[in-house]
Amino acid sequence: MNRNTILAVLALGATLAVAAGARAAPQDVLGPDDARHLLARTGFGPTAAEVSALAPLTRAAAVEQLLAGTHKTARLPPPTSMLALDPLRFPGPNATLEERRAFNQRNNREGLELRAWWIQEMLTTPSPLTERMTLFWHNHFVSSQQKVRFARLMHGQNVVLREHALGSFAALLHAAAKDPAMLVYLDVAQNRRGEPNENFAREAMELFTLGEGRYAQQDVKEAARAFTGWSVDRETGRFVFRRGMHDAGEKSVLGRSGRFDGDAVLDVLLAQEATADHIVSKLWKEFVSPDPDAAQVRRIAAEFRRSDYAIKVALRELLTADAFYAGENRGVLVKSPVELVVGALRQLDLAPSDGLPFAIVASGMGQNLFSPPNVKGWPGGESWINANTLLARKQYLERLSRADAGMGPAMRRTAEMDDGSGAQAIAAVFDDDRERRTRTGRTIERGMRDAAFDANAWVAAQSASEGDRARAVRSLLLPLPPQSPGPDEAPPAILVRTTLLDPAFQLK
Amino acid sequence: MRDNTGMVNLARRTLLARSAALAAVTSFGSARVAFAAAPATARERRLLVLVELKGGNDGFNTLVPYADAAYAALRPRIAIARDAVVQLSDAVGLHPSLAPLLPAWREGTLAVLQGVGYPAPNLSHFRSIEIWDTASRSDEFLSDGWLARAFAAAPRPATFAADGVVVGSNELGPLAGTKLRAIALADTESFQRRARLAKPAAATGNRALAHIRRVEADVREAAARLSVQREFAAAFPSGGFGNAVRTACEVIANPSGVGVVRLTLDGFDTHANQAGTQARLLAELAQGLVALEAALKELGRWDDTLVLTYAEFGRRPKENQTGGTDHGTASVHFALGGTVRGGLYGAMPDLSRLDDDGNVAHTLDFRSVYATVLQRWWDIGARDVLGGRFEEIALVRA
Repeated sequence: MNRNTILAVLALGATLAVAAGARAAPQDVLGPDDARHLLARTGFGPTAAEVSALAPLTRAAAVEQLLAGTHKTARLPPPTSMLALDPLRFPGPNATLEERRAFNQRNNREGLELRAWWIQEMLTTPSPLTERMTLFWHNHFVSSQQKVRFARLMHGQNVVLREHALGSFAALLHAAAKDPAMLVYLDVAQNRRGEPNENFAREAMELFTLGEGRYAQQDVKEAARAFTGWSVDRETGRFVFRRGMHDAGEKSVLGRSGRFDGDAVLDVLLAQEATADHIVSKLWKEFVSPDPDAAQVRRIAAEFRRSDYAIKVALRELLTADAFYAGENRGVLVKSPVELVVGALRQLDLAPSDGLPFAIVASGMGQNLFSPPNVKGWPGGESWINANTLLARKQYLERLSRADAGMGPAMRRTAEMDDGSGAQAIAAVFDDDRERRTRTGRTIERGMRDAAFDANAWVAAQSASEGDRARAVRSLLLPLPPQSPGPDEAPPAILVRTTLLDPAFQLK
Repeated sequence: MRDNTGMVNLARRTLLARSAALAAVTSFGSARVAFAAAPATARERRLLVLVELKGGNDGFNTLVPYADAAYAALRPRIAIARDAVVQLSDAVGLHPSLAPLLPAWREGTLAVLQGVGYPAPNLSHFRSIEIWDTASRSDEFLSDGWLARAFAAAPRPATFAADGVVVGSNELGPLAGTKLRAIALADTESFQRRARLAKPAAATGNRALAHIRRVEADVREAAARLSVQREFAAAFPSGGFGNAVRTACEVIANPSGVGVVRLTLDGFDTHANQAGTQARLLAELAQGLVALEAALKELGRWDDTLVLTYAEFGRRPKENQTGGTDHGTASVHFALGGTVRGGLYGAMPDLSRLDDDGNVAHTLDFRSVYATVLQRWWDIGARDVLGGRFEEIALVRA
């Protein structure tokens, strides 16, 4: 066997190993298929360039690179309105109609600026994983502007969530619990000695740490006493401990007793095994599959606890696990609206200048950022898809894929996209008037024109070989084989549209 | 006896449905069948309109126990003044915002269900609404909605546009279930246009993919059958809930039929400054229900319509320090319809006997209300659907 033959055999072996995909061993390089999967699950839909960059790495190296690329602050500066320092004041009971209206308008406007900013950050960030984790925690430590009202507080919470998004869950829990938006959202500020308000204590156990059924109502009552005195200083907009309202007496929570304050109760919750199980199980559902493997979850949860709740430790385990790459777990997760909206833009190399239209579009699909439906957050998974939301998703993709950014029919069709559900979902941040719908429609149309897609150029860039382009486009955009593929030789615009409208594009 | 008869009827109908299915044309790519000639029975045509009072409406300021001294004592700031209450009896009366419902009360088509709740109540929004939506015990976890289970036992006619239509919400609630044909829409016109994007396909693939493909098929079928546009003489109130009521009436106006329509009015989680918020919401509710009645009378459907409100819980009798109320337990709900037997049902919970959380005990199990809907409204065996026997109430005539 001469040297060339040996090289050829080695090269063939490598190709076969890559093609085998799910059977690849951890020490092998990912190859394009696994690289695409890893990026799709940890980001917003990969581009061909991102896939090529990760494909030659091993699982461990690729995951390490993604984790190392995360950051603690947003890359884009926040809207200047978020930096205002004036006191937080609700209109009092004697406020005039004008004062109330001015209050609403200001927070509505700032809420929209905030949404636009976050979408833009997701669109342009070099570390999509940072934003995915921030979004994950937004849906874990839920607060909604619908109740909190002050956009500034929602921004402050977003900053806290990003800062700890891949740090320590213990630090994140303490920080999120004292975050002013949370204090307002779960009525912590209304919790005082002698008049405990249990809202926060209950959610802290049920949602943030232990999970449903791992505590008793008596634990909630006792814990609520420990959180008394936690409040928001309306002058500074910051957390404040009001000693006079604190119940300093003895409490008994989950079998432990002491003169607990709020932080001490959070530490009691962190000491429970159920907490790590709950968080890892939730991360599994976010990144791996809808059905966590109980044994694997226990193993990873133990690692997670041993590391003092280092979120990167849990993620590293999940993202390098065989289950993550298993064939049966490909394309089994439904993209959230934000993932779908931002992901399609990123994958098609579109860079709209304003995030707002896309925040509104995602809202119409059931995910209004900064306004989750209730304390449990968006339930996600298959519940993202119903007759209404599926049509909103398809309509968006259809519009995005059209090369003609013409005014006439495009304007009309896009206005139809806002059937009121987007406006309705985002109602918390808009005045409820007819003008709003028109404005919303115009905003979406502006964004769509801005994002004008050049199908010919994009498809040509996906593969050097013309004959290979249909395959390249489909394997980049879809996690599964296309369910209803059009002809390979379809014109680029048709090829892209058919692929985006394929049911498999809804999945990751 | 009744149960046995019901079972026999059910079995017979299933048999008929199956033999019809054999002769039916299978609609493209869907496991469902289109019946050439299987008109809905009068019972099946009976409509249920659910109105969710999301967030947990405060029952004690909705149906006010104005004659009970404990009421005013528990609520020094937010009690509804005795002279403002719309009196229904010498003990209870409605919040003034509900005055538009008075004609229905006088006509005897408004039933007021007092103290509706369940044992060992859960005070968490989503867990409690999950209990209501799935009709589960407080300590059991079911995934399908109670209506999904009901229609699994007694399928709605395949000729229906959909088993259920959810208006103005993306959460299917009692209609959640992978086998149900549930459509969520904001308004009918845009639904028609947008439905063209759905492609017929077989519901195959992994669970998520199969779900997506099934929804696509449902959309196409529903759109084809919800194509009739209808103008109403009835005036619908402006605002989100009024628009949703209008949309509901447009859906109901279609001849192909629908089993359930669900509306949602959100914002009842009044932990602080409750008075103004609740007054506004109850006014929206009352005006919306009045419009619904007027429009359904125009359609000649009021006599085979049952409207029912529900919510995850009521609120605590004692007001909190911020002019609001915290999560409670049992609450009052309303039933309306042309064949509803009006009046007060159940008993006002005892305000002098509160539990450790300061909450009342329920006097009427919500599953009794469901059992009534299933058994007396639709003739569907309630025991299997609800996993137990619950006493029915004489809510509907005939």
